[in-house]
Amino acid sequence: MDKRVGKKTVVFQNPPEIIGGYNVVGPKEGKGPLNAHFDYVLPDTYYGKKTWEKAESAMIEMAMNEAVKKHKLAADDIDYVLAGDLLNQNTTSNYALRQIGRPFIGMFGACSTMALTAAVGAMLIDGGFAGKVLCATSSHHETAESQFRMPTEHGNQRPLTAQWTVTGAGCLVLGKGESGSGQGATIHITAATLGCAIDYGQTDANHMGASMAPAVADTLLGHFYDMGTGPESYDLIVSGDLGNLGLELLKELLDKSGFHTLDNIQDCGCLIYSADQDVHAGGSGCGCSAVVLSGYLLDRLRKKELRKILFVGSGSLHSKDSLLQGESMPGIGHGVVIEVMDH
Amino acid sequence: MSVLVKVTPQEYEEMNKKIQPKPKLIRNCAMAFVVGGGICLVAQILINVFLYLGIALKEAQILGTTSMIFLGSLLTGLGLYDSIVSLGGAGGILPVTGFANAMVSPAMDSKKDGYILGVGAKMFSVAGPVIICGTIVAFVMGLGCLIFR
Repeated sequence: MDKRVGKKTVVFQNPPEIIGGYNVVGPKEGKGPLNAHFDYVLPDTYYGKKTWEKAESAMIEMAMNEAVKKHKLAADDIDYVLAGDLLNQNTTSNYALRQIGRPFIGMFGACSTMALTAAVGAMLIDGGFAGKVLCATSSHHETAESQFRMPTEHGNQRPLTAQWTVTGAGCLVLGKGESGSGQGATIHITAATLGCAIDYGQTDANHMGASMAPAVADTLLGHFYDMGTGPESYDLIVSGDLGNLGLELLKELLDKSGFHTLDNIQDCGCLIYSADQDVHAGGSGCGCSAVVLSGYLLDRLRKKELRKILFVGSGSLHSKDSLLQGESMPGIGHGVVIEVMDH
Repeated sequence: MSVLVKVTPQEYEEMNKKIQPKPKLIRNCAMAFVVGGGICLVAQILINVFLYLGIALKEAQILGTTSMIFLGSLLTGLGLYDSIVSLGGAGGILPVTGFANAMVSPAMDSKKDGYILGVGAKMFSVAGPVIICGTIVAFVMGLGCLIFR
């Protein structure tokens, strides 16, 4: 059976199961509205390390190790680790993987990495190339600030369009879908639509929602056409980190392209912080969608409050240098359909 | 460009303009006045203290400025100066304390990369362009003065 449907979508023959997840967040995120859905909240952003980069690496390592332990697996049960982050050459993941000792596929999808690794991990499993995989990603507010913007202690007024990089790491454990947990219902990745790099000429690194919204819209529309569905087919469509301005743009883009969304569309960047946390346009960073998916969304799927969601990670594919050279910021959106299956 | 999204980049720019949040201009200006004025007030008090101690005006002013640079650096090191600027905007950036912050913050960030290739190389990453541009503008203005005087 051909697993490809339409132009960009794959539908899994034996939908890989999301066995579970684990997430670690920073103190600010821990004070946010999703507090109850985090596995571990760091007491401070250094996590006992000398630098923030080392702290971020320790966070993703912890997320991977604990995800394996939490679901009573051993490291050897994992066939591949798919991981990536925001720092140069995926440094965070590279250094964390030294301790993991399993074959490692480094991936870069900017802030869409959670969705990208989940989609590719599911492909590996349904393709018969792996039994269990880990999909992990992280971001850290301070490391991202000095990589993409200004030194952390530099005083400046953040524009109202700016988003706050989430300090957090999330890991999903995917398996073949025969966990036999006996709980009656399991959560599966049933389809994936990988996105194209879409550039609408945006150049403002302090307004990334605008560079990513068209890419997310493109992926969603591609998915709807491929699958013959529409927004109404999902309990929730959730984008990665468009923030409240990007989400507004996304709704308008979909509307103008012939698909009307109701209130079943949300964004991880809007969910993770409350209005009084002074983050302006919302959360961003790989960790944002990773901790919301591996915590809040999985919890709601487990409780069957949601039965079918379309999770679209969003990334802005620029670097500090590319912007200095006058380039615009291409965006990307990768989508996975996550469903609860009753047995 | 996307073939599925039925919006052109030009139309998108219009959409984007419409959703831009409006900054609270009056509040921001008032905060800049209070914070910037507050910093200048502290400097003036320091100068007056130095004068009271019998230091000549010119030296007292230099001492006042260096004291403010010290305070700006100290507050940056304590992790407080960025909060002052996020409150006061230009009121915190423009005084010499803001310049101290622009020097100390990259130095702090790059300390982990070593003292020579880290701090030594990156310390000027924020203030460097200001110094270079300032020097060039000063040169051009000086040239103008020389010619048109």
